[in-house]
Amino acid sequence: MTRTRTPGISRRSTLALMGAGAMSVAAPWVARAQAKTIKIGMPTILSGRVAQLGTSSRNAVMLEVDKVNAAGGLAGRQIEMVIRDSKGQPQEAARVARELVNTDGCELLIDAEASSGAFAVHEVARDLGVFCIHTNSETSALTADPKQHIPNAFRTARQGVHDSIVGGSYAAAIAKAKGLKKWATCSPDYAYGRDTTGEFTLYLKRFAPEVEIISESWPKLFQPDYTEVVTKILQAKPQALYSCLWGGDLTSYIDQANIYAMFGQMEVFAVNMADYTALTVVKNLPKGIHSGNRYIKSFPATPVNAAWGDAYKAKYNEYPTNWSWENATAIMLMAEAAKKANSADGKKIAEVLKGLTIKCPFGADGTVTMRGDDHTLVGYAIGWGTTIPQEPYVPEIKAGDWKTIFELEAEWKKSKGYT
Amino acid sequence: MDLDALAGCLSSSACLVTQTTSGFIIGMLLFLVAVGLTLIFGVLKVVNFSHGAFYMFGAYFAMTAYQLTGSFALAMLAGAAGTAILGLVFERVFMSRVYGADVLMQLLVCYAFVLIFDDVVRIIWGPEFKSMGMPSAFQVMPLFIAGGVVPPYYLLLIGVALVAAIVLGIGLSRSRIGKVIRAAAHNPGMVSALGINTGLIYGGVFALGGMLAGLAGALAAPVRSLTPGMGFSVLIESFIVTVIGGMGSILGALIGALLLGLIRSFGSLGFPLFTEGLMYLFMVIVLVSKPTGLFGKEAA
Repeated sequence: MTRTRTPGISRRSTLALMGAGAMSVAAPWVARAQAKTIKIGMPTILSGRVAQLGTSSRNAVMLEVDKVNAAGGLAGRQIEMVIRDSKGQPQEAARVARELVNTDGCELLIDAEASSGAFAVHEVARDLGVFCIHTNSETSALTADPKQHIPNAFRTARQGVHDSIVGGSYAAAIAKAKGLKKWATCSPDYAYGRDTTGEFTLYLKRFAPEVEIISESWPKLFQPDYTEVVTKILQAKPQALYSCLWGGDLTSYIDQANIYAMFGQMEVFAVNMADYTALTVVKNLPKGIHSGNRYIKSFPATPVNAAWGDAYKAKYNEYPTNWSWENATAIMLMAEAAKKANSADGKKIAEVLKGLTIKCPFGADGTVTMRGDDHTLVGYAIGWGTTIPQEPYVPEIKAGDWKTIFELEAEWKKSKGYT
Repeated sequence: MDLDALAGCLSSSACLVTQTTSGFIIGMLLFLVAVGLTLIFGVLKVVNFSHGAFYMFGAYFAMTAYQLTGSFALAMLAGAAGTAILGLVFERVFMSRVYGADVLMQLLVCYAFVLIFDDVVRIIWGPEFKSMGMPSAFQVMPLFIAGGVVPPYYLLLIGVALVAAIVLGIGLSRSRIGKVIRAAAHNPGMVSALGINTGLIYGGVFALGGMLAGLAGALAAPVRSLTPGMGFSVLIESFIVTVIGGMGSILGALIGALLLGLIRSFGSLGFPLFTEGLMYLFMVIVLVSKPTGLFGKEAA
């Protein structure tokens, strides 16, 4: 039997066509890489208890994207943001992230998820090899743990361990001055809450070894009622309390603790308090809560930071949040990296981004740096102060020292087996 | 597990007072939501999965009324009356069309409305969380009873829920309307044949259930942050309460809610990492030993 050649399309052409088809199905962002407009996908939390933070992430990104587009775009390509709601659910965040790349043709990702979703999106970025900046997850392990490391993922969020070094030393100084030896903790039961609380107490005890943790509470994320947690803490009679509850959880907790007069019975250190989200929503804000800075337009006390806060307020009729500056920084870094690489290609941006320092309103010295070895942001303004019930809410913030942060962070990484 | 802390608490009057009150606070708020759920199931035979939305609306109505008038009493009234009207309209327009339908169909309709109601709240009040704030009358030092701490606002909350429980219990067992409702639950055909408008009864019961959930939301508004979707977690716990107490039983809802509150309150001391699990474990134990719940009746 003789085989005859089918007229029309040759076998080589068929294979070429099949290959091209497979490429476009497997990695459509490659096929669309030459498009003039560049799509950036952004899963974030636009509904539920922390929707305000997700919305503030979107607002900040759009504020900066408009500037980049007005200045000519990302290496000459206009940015089109594709922003989707993950509802704060890890599986949904991962699904949305995958869909943004595979279906919507996004070439770059901004992962504006809390830690609960960021690790899920990180795995999607690992799988697809797409460029990704995590903007909101503060869990140190996300970039500190080498097992998590991928060359295409970065982080512009503050880091729990940085906060804890500054917060731990700040709290230890107060503990020593006021004789606060018995401490309690109350933090949400997920990666960020567990890690950050562990890191804070590590440094608190390092600088004030006489401190003892006599009670721990781990309410679940987005828990509506904290009554049993409040009464448990009252039973323990601590002299001080640390909490990294945030957003609506923190305001619920404060409202419920307030009616037990808890804030008069102990010194409270709530790292996420100094964010306009909480400061402006809590109706009866207790005076004298210690907090790390989140977004405060008066810290760093520079004209560029105040101007950025005012510009955001002018556009959105509310002040930005901690998630806002973290997302704005992502766009600022991407724009500068694309300019230097003269390309909007994710791989090229990633190469330039490593070790890149840019001028930034949120920098401790007016600049921030994307550290090359672990792809995480350093040099941002970080400090602690105490609240008052009206603007500027945290009138005096004691700035942390980045030299100390670097030294202790290196020790911490070694102790965790990360280096 | 921290059994020493639990034992220490049980031997301290101050701790017993604080934790028992805390259990009652959690329980009574749950009761208000659960009793509406169980009442609607008992009379209408509908598992109202959208019930948590009425709790949410109650909180938002109360917050808005409080912002507009500055009156706590009007805020509570707005929460309760607003959800009663909403419940009546919802029952007449939508739910009445799925009576007798497959349970799955009823659940799907209710779940669709959970999503719709969340979006309605998002459109009207915005996606960000809100706080009503504690009225100044209750911004006072907590009471110290036998060394235990009890906030005055929570005493009011427990009191309102207890009054609701008593009125509901007496109303259903002694009043004529109560007897008609109970009759409609057992034999709607006979009640209808006697010339009584069962549609009105069904609408009234749904409105009553919605009102109780709305009242719970209004009472919770000063101490909980308000957000679209806030009814869902309350709904789940209310389901656990009704299942433990027995579907359709008001006394069961009360006992179930109080038991759950106390489990949470004391469990947080002895089993801090298993407080949620304790609730489910308790439910499993009850259901295994008495599948109809503590006060549920066997199907005829």
